[in-house]
Amino acid sequence: MTKLMQWLLGASLLGTVWALVTFDLLELSLPRVYREIAWPMPLYLLVTFGCYSLATVGFRVATFNDCDEAARELQEQITEAKEDLRKKGLKL
Amino acid sequence: MASRKSSQPKRESRDKYSVLLPTYNERENLPLIVWLLLKYFGEGGYDYEIIIIDDGSPDGTLEVAEQLQKIYGKDKIVLRPREKKLGLGTAYIHGMKHATGNFIIIMDADLSHHPKFIPEFIEKQKEGGYDLVSGTRYQGNGGVYGWDLRRKLISRGANFLTQVLLRPGASDLTGSFRLYKKNVLESLVERCVSKGYVFQMEMIVRARQLNYTIGEVPISFVDRVYGESKLGGNEIVSFVRGLLTLFATT
Ligand SMILES: Nc1nc2c(ncn2[C@@H]2O[C@H](COP(=O)(O)OP(=O)(O)OP(=O)(O)O)[C@@H](O)[C@H]2O)c(=O)[nH]1
Ligand SMILES: [Mg+2]
Repeated sequence: MTKLMQWLLGASLLGTVWALVTFDLLELSLPRVYREIAWPMPLYLLVTFGCYSLATVGFRVATFNDCDEAARELQEQITEAKEDLRKKGLKL
Repeated sequence: MASRKSSQPKRESRDKYSVLLPTYNERENLPLIVWLLLKYFGEGGYDYEIIIIDDGSPDGTLEVAEQLQKIYGKDKIVLRPREKKLGLGTAYIHGMKHATGNFIIIMDADLSHHPKFIPEFIEKQKEGGYDLVSGTRYQGNGGVYGWDLRRKLISRGANFLTQVLLRPGASDLTGSFRLYKKNVLESLVERCVSKGYVFQMEMIVRARQLNYTIGEVPISFVDRVYGESKLGGNEIVSFVRGLLTLFATT
């Protein structure tokens, strides 16, 4: 099953449950509160997921390591390598 | 340095590591990356070969590669040039055909991928018997150098989106510093259809699909010092297109 299918399957399952409760399709005569809570659920979920995404990406950007030490080490090694290669007879 | 022919029996194993180095206009970087590779392979006492796949670089990269082969020997430096620029994906396939190692290491020749991590890749692989080990900029001590806020944001955002949509089981999909068992790489390459940059992403996704095990090693990615970037322009467009294709087909 492709990832797209997995998502569609998940979405339709959730959607079905949501519709069943919100519109009381099975005529279970659920208490009114259930329907009132279920009705705006998709929006809540979307907003929650949006906030989670923004927070996660923001945090990861802020904590993305700057490898200054690695860059410095590389520079030193480049100097060393050039010298050694010249001694070994490399012509550029 | 231990550049003499290693005919003495290895204590531990006879694993051999073939490094594939695709180059296009890397005249300045190539000697440096080769020097560093020799340094770390030598220090670790590993059996290895470096396969340079140059695509007819106009700057004379091949000529430099030939000089390096003279200095370090034909058993260490293997040249597999091609006439013209045929792209990165096919360069790997071409290089792999000539590889004699049972493990293959793929990396860029522009010094963004530092050979000091290779011993860590190898140890990681041995530790877990992994089918492939991928370098990651996004975990542990991994990171980048020379990136501004905008680039970090795009990178992290794209990575997050990919993780959500594909759940690939690896944290760095677009990085191309990896170690593969040779047969694993062969079977992956056979199945991968993407071109260019998305290719790296597809490799990991397919690996996951085929239930290959993936190990990860944090790496520092230092932006190229010499030479020009060959990618760019509509990188984001092709990334999104590739992501959606993988989303719909894997
Ligand atoms: N043989 C071959 N090598 C290539 C080709 N295109 C790129 N390369 C090499 O592949 C590696 C990665 O290419 P880069 O240009 O560094 O791509 P990048 O790392 O995404 O971008 P920058 O680091 O920003 O330049 C380098 O070693 C290049 O020399 C190609 O068509 N043929
Ligand atoms: Mg690069």
